[in-house]
Amino acid sequence: MDESQLRSLIPAVTGVLVRRGADFATAEDAVQDALVNALAAWPDDPPADQKGWLVTVAWRRYLDAIRSETARQARETRTEAEPPPGPAAQHDDSLQLYFHCAHPSLTASSAVALTLRALGGLTTRQIAQAYLVPEATMAQRISRAKRTVAEVRLDAPGSLATVLRVLYLIFNEGYGGELDLAEEAIRLTRQVTSLTDEPEARGLLALMLLHHARRAARTTPTGDLVPLAEQDRLRWDTALIAEGVEILQQALAHERLGEYQAQAAIAALHADAQAADETDWVQVVEWYDELLQLTGSPVVALNRAVAVGEADGPQAGLRVLDGVDPAVPRYTAAQAYLRERAGDVAAAAQLYAAAAHAANNVAERNHLTRQAARLNAVRSG
Amino acid sequence: MAKYLLLKHYRGGPVPVVHLEPMDTWAPADVDAHLQYMSDFAAKLQGTGEFVDGQALSPQGTFVRYDGEGKPPVTDGPFAETKDLIAGWMVIDVDSYERAVELAGELSAAPGPDGEPIHEWLELRPFLTEMPNGEQWTNPS
Repeated sequence: MDESQLRSLIPAVTGVLVRRGADFATAEDAVQDALVNALAAWPDDPPADQKGWLVTVAWRRYLDAIRSETARQARETRTEAEPPPGPAAQHDDSLQLYFHCAHPSLTASSAVALTLRALGGLTTRQIAQAYLVPEATMAQRISRAKRTVAEVRLDAPGSLATVLRVLYLIFNEGYGGELDLAEEAIRLTRQVTSLTDEPEARGLLALMLLHHARRAARTTPTGDLVPLAEQDRLRWDTALIAEGVEILQQALAHERLGEYQAQAAIAALHADAQAADETDWVQVVEWYDELLQLTGSPVVALNRAVAVGEADGPQAGLRVLDGVDPAVPRYTAAQAYLRERAGDVAAAAQLYAAAAHAANNVAERNHLTRQAARLNAVRSG
Repeated sequence: MAKYLLLKHYRGGPVPVVHLEPMDTWAPADVDAHLQYMSDFAAKLQGTGEFVDGQALSPQGTFVRYDGEGKPPVTDGPFAETKDLIAGWMVIDVDSYERAVELAGELSAAPGPDGEPIHEWLELRPFLTEMPNGEQWTNPS
């Protein structure tokens, strides 16, 4: 059984139930039940019409749910026999479901969980495992999220920006665990680009593909980080790079630049260099200028300082760094790198050690500790 | 989305704001109220989808270390007077540092004798993730 094929049917099945008049929260629960049934039953007995099977089972679950609800509510009569005819079958309102699940009233973690379940077709258990929390916690997070958006009309205008933000968060979470969240984010973003022409959606997809293309080269077999300059570029996935570049070009052709397009452009410039020293750093800096204008983000300002260091030399980079807020994560690591390149080994070693202390993840901490140890060995040796 | 450890110390940390007698000297109803508060707090976090784990630890700790090839590990302790004694922990998964501080503050308000909040210091420690999350130049991805 192709599980990702099964999962790709989930939003459409929820859409059918909603068009038949089901409320989103109950419909989504019913579809999740049908999904769990399918995962158990299909390997032995796959149906010919998978979507039809899911709709039938989910609709039955939905009716069961509202029947027990009505029983509780003084046997209020409800239509439950035949579903009303829905609109044309081609109509795809999945984009509305994306807006709903990433509604701005939701916290980031709630929107991520709800999107993975209702649109990704993942089970609560799979999502809980991916985020390393108990299944009961994840179940509560999802049902609270559904209560939060219960009052939001499904046909209300939505915010594509928050949808893209949620997909970007899922992508960035995406390493380790049984479930490949990066692949999942790519699949969902691909679907969003089929539902809207908005160039930022394509920009985000391009960015994901270009980053994902470098995944195999980014860590050693034991999980140590390999910096971009030291990566084995033969291990980059050229097919993904080609696709990412093509999608980026489609997006840029709209001439409505956004932050994902600008980030993807930077990733494309790295992908384009056959060797690290062939990187067109001048263009990279230009794109960081654009990105900084678009976002005003201090994180971008920090990255720009490092790029300036590559384009115009470490002293120039350090001068730009002086204007960046030192509270930005990885400021010290950037400073260490530029100081080392400027030949100030003693200061760089101390800064690397301080940066390791401030790291928020193990791989980076280990990498920075090794940098400090390497420089200290050079000094004493 | 970040995990934090709320570490409860019996001893150690900043000077306590409220001097507390050992719990076994409290009125039974106050002990009940304290324990109920703790379990309600965990249940509340389960309900908000922020609870990951919680454990209490026995105060009977032993220090253990390697003592060389072919030798059994050396053990030492338990120590009645160690400076720092960890009583237990709770792990939460929250959207922000501010939320983690808010929850730690709430847990620290657990009632003690006569139902008065104990104001205990809780240590809040962020988890390190395995891998970097997102784009950064140290691992430009």
